[in-house]
Amino acid sequence: MTRPTEPHATPAPPHDERGPREQSGEPATAAGPSRSDGPQHARRDSPEREAAKQQARKAVAGIGFYTFISLLLAFFALPLLWLATAPFDSSPGLSVSVPDFTLQNFQVMWDNPYALRSIGNSIILAGGTGLLVVVFAALASYALSRVRLPGRDMLLYVLLLLSSIVTGTAAMVPLFNLATELKLIDSQLGVILILTGGLLPSAIFILKDFMDGTPQSYEESARVFGASPLQIVRHIVVPIVRPGLATIAVWSVAQVWGNFLIPFLLLRSPEKSPAAVVMYTFYTEGGQANLALISTFSLLYSVPVILMFLFVSSRYGFRFHGGIKR
Amino acid sequence: MPETSPTDTSTGTLGNGSKGRPSAGAPAARESGGDAAGLGRRRAAGFVAPSLLLITAFLLFPALWTIYLGLTDYRLTGFAAADPQMVGLDNFTNAIGDDRFSNSLVLTLQFVLGSAVLGQAVIGFTIAWLMRNRTGALRRTVEALVLLAWILPSSVITFLWIALLDRDGGTFNALINTPGTAWLLEYPMASIIVFNIWKGAAFSMMLYAAAIGNVPPSHLETARLAGASTWQQLRDVVFPRIKGHILTNLLLISLWTFNDFTPFLLTAGGPEDRTEIMPVFIYKIALQSGELGFGAAISVLMLLINLVIALVYVRLLRQRKDKTA
Repeated sequence: MTRPTEPHATPAPPHDERGPREQSGEPATAAGPSRSDGPQHARRDSPEREAAKQQARKAVAGIGFYTFISLLLAFFALPLLWLATAPFDSSPGLSVSVPDFTLQNFQVMWDNPYALRSIGNSIILAGGTGLLVVVFAALASYALSRVRLPGRDMLLYVLLLLSSIVTGTAAMVPLFNLATELKLIDSQLGVILILTGGLLPSAIFILKDFMDGTPQSYEESARVFGASPLQIVRHIVVPIVRPGLATIAVWSVAQVWGNFLIPFLLLRSPEKSPAAVVMYTFYTEGGQANLALISTFSLLYSVPVILMFLFVSSRYGFRFHGGIKR
Repeated sequence: MPETSPTDTSTGTLGNGSKGRPSAGAPAARESGGDAAGLGRRRAAGFVAPSLLLITAFLLFPALWTIYLGLTDYRLTGFAAADPQMVGLDNFTNAIGDDRFSNSLVLTLQFVLGSAVLGQAVIGFTIAWLMRNRTGALRRTVEALVLLAWILPSSVITFLWIALLDRDGGTFNALINTPGTAWLLEYPMASIIVFNIWKGAAFSMMLYAAAIGNVPPSHLETARLAGASTWQQLRDVVFPRIKGHILTNLLLISLWTFNDFTPFLLTAGGPEDRTEIMPVFIYKIALQSGELGFGAAISVLMLLINLVIALVYVRLLRQRKDKTA
């Protein structure tokens, strides 16, 4: 690898002088009191008044900033508050209120025949899909990264296109038919296979990047010492790309955990349904919605996602590290 | 089926990786020495096979089958279920003349433009811009809340919004003092647009934060010292540098929003068909009324629109790669 793997290593573009200098309508705003008052700047305002004006402007900008941020915080926090209060309220309503603290609601959820089982189903679907995606994507991306298979570039290009074009929503009709034909309706295996097929292209892409970025010298020296290709993959390559594998695992588990459409289409019996679907039936079934159940179940169902998010953000920092460059 | 949902940063990493590294476009001379583990072509093909099999079966084949089904009068039940007939392009001509279809198309357009292109992109950029020089509790709180809306399971957040907007007990009515307003019934389209902005702003926020981080601070400083207003700084310094990011962002969020099924959980397409965006329309036609052939024909149109967006996007990525390579 001749290129450094660090995305930040791209040389900065040459400084271009096309600054917005010509727009500087009122030069005094930027310079402030430190400016020496040359004759061309002889204005009515003394430096002190300029400073005061500038301060006032700053204060207005500050007020504007904090008002906007407060509204923003309110907008994003408001819907979430219910999730924090209602599960612990002895008589949960739809509105947010300071809870009259109780843990009784969790008992209600515990006693519901579908709630905990659906979490188990979600674990099966997410775990199964995650495992298949990681194993298959690792094998494929390693081979694609190291061996020049005929038509590889075309293949990668088509995969990239396919994965963004064929979404669950656009392909729901044939997926439903396919599952019917293959006797995969109401089968968790069917959901796992379909979700795996949908996630694999992106996973292969992400992992191929990791594979391309790892030096081949370890593999070469292991080969010199007589290791077989499979041994090399298992004992040399997998440990090196472990961060990449972890990324794929977390990413695919998160995708499946929240996925509603595919299990909603393909699973018929409530005993097999994951939490996403069971949650939906809890609040669309006729009759009075059981808010004690819904609130606690929402919380339980959300906690793994939040934990995963905290794990990822503490470990890798939840943002693009200079990714998606020009 | 990656939909607009948590950690869908795949394409992000992809853009990152396709930069400068000797991947697809590298000269063959480098690659020939690449097989360090002595895999050989045959074993390599074996490594790729399981993935290819699954992708072919559950991604490629359904796409092709949709096209075939779209040309038949296939139904879930009845005569046409047992023996579907080819009807040629009838489904497509019917769709174009169908009021429900054009209604759905207009609604989808409103939904994508309103919630993705205008809503998510603008809010995401604004947050990224305002937070660019900040560290500490305020920035962490804002980012955590915005991200939380993005990562929580869709069936949970939809209920949170149902509770928030409830006619009688909802917090929103209590807060702005509009008792008895049933937002999801009276303003259904506006509701799902605001909901989707809330749900998806995180991706744009993160993307623009990364993009703004790449603008050399000295350039912004120079502009500021020269007295440029915020708008002038954005127009002359920031936007020219992050053009590529903006296009990437708009394409991706449009694609995801266009394929988003989540509004179904909030309104189920109703009241009447006032929120019947394309995915919901297909679901209702194909799986509720059982007109699989007609539903497939509309799916084909959706696939075509996806194809156009994706082609523009991939082309953009390649152009960038060629520039940096």
